[in-house]
Amino acid sequence: MHEIALCEGLVQALEEQAGSHGFRHVHRVWLEIGSLASVECDAIRFNFDIMTRGTIADNAKLDIMEVNGTAWCLPCGMAVDLHRFGDSCPNCDSHQLQVLDGTQIKIKKLEVT
Amino acid sequence: MCGICGCEQTASGLGNYHTHGHDHDHGGAAEHSDTAGLSRTRIVQVEQDIMAANQSHADANRAHFTEHGIFVVNLLSSPGSGKTSLLVEAVSVLKKRFPVSVIEGDQQTSLDTARISATGVPAWQINTGKACHLDAHTIAHAIEHLPAIDGGILFIENVGNLVCPAGFDLGEAHKVVILSVTEGDDKPLKYPNMFHAADLMLLNKIDLLPYVRFDMNSALEAARQVNPTIGVFAVSALTGDGLSAWLEWIIAGVDHARERRQMALLARRAALQHELDSIDLQF
Repeated sequence: MHEIALCEGLVQALEEQAGSHGFRHVHRVWLEIGSLASVECDAIRFNFDIMTRGTIADNAKLDIMEVNGTAWCLPCGMAVDLHRFGDSCPNCDSHQLQVLDGTQIKIKKLEVT
Repeated sequence: MCGICGCEQTASGLGNYHTHGHDHDHGGAAEHSDTAGLSRTRIVQVEQDIMAANQSHADANRAHFTEHGIFVVNLLSSPGSGKTSLLVEAVSVLKKRFPVSVIEGDQQTSLDTARISATGVPAWQINTGKACHLDAHTIAHAIEHLPAIDGGILFIENVGNLVCPAGFDLGEAHKVVILSVTEGDDKPLKYPNMFHAADLMLLNKIDLLPYVRFDMNSALEAARQVNPTIGVFAVSALTGDGLSAWLEWIIAGVDHARERRQMALLARRAALQHELDSIDLQF
């Protein structure tokens, strides 16, 4: 979805971090993206190169760590894997699932000068 | 009303994606990188959600709506599901009892705003241009162009798109997704994030059921597979079938928003009374 808007948000977040952490250039960005975030990682990579041109992250490398979604299964009473919305519990086939993790689009760390 | 940025940007675009605050230092800033060829680079631990900027605007919007007792509904669907027609029918009835206003989101034109304005309800059009969704910052500025509707209802008609708007909290009380029977009963499975994000699904154009292959039970099953707690009303904007149930749902939401505002005001009055009493004791 909206990968251009996300990359815009990413660049602004980097500029903000530059102020608080006192750096001038970003050489590498580690992103964590959950499998339930509805984000196409290839589209992020493509847009990242374009959206960072002329910014503090010009020519920066992008590493994306994909994180599997997890949910709490009410019938099982335990955390289970959830790769996408609409999938059922791998143990009991129920859809009574509450998402625990996997919706994040997060900057984990940066390599900067 | 954008209390976060204090900026004077007009609400006609999504180009300004502000970020605020979050200047915490999570430590580890002195960690050194091992990347060859780059001298004196260092690693900074960040842990920042890219959606945090939108979320802070959404939180501020929600606080504003709560303080003023405004019930806010974010309407979402694919283009052509009948969002605007449903909205015209709803506001025509609700405006007689409550202050109502509408924010319209479309890529281009103010055609929808014209349809809402024809009912006498104030409406503000946001043209998103290249963007495929409304964001919370744009909503904060759109509110500045609408009259105060304390204790009333704000409808936000999002851009017709079953993907992107699901990911953007605008500060609404509820996301309501509209699925028309001409679209197919498997849509909740094809666009699960949207149906997972919504609290209510309106199955629209039920007057066309005799003419299309649409299995109501399959649609309900698909929606509940993605979101077991989703509410559902079957409606027709054309014939008016089922609309009263949806309107009652909205009115219950308004009552709840008003009650919350009243309770907050009572709590403030009690706090002020307590302060006054302590002054009386001193003198």
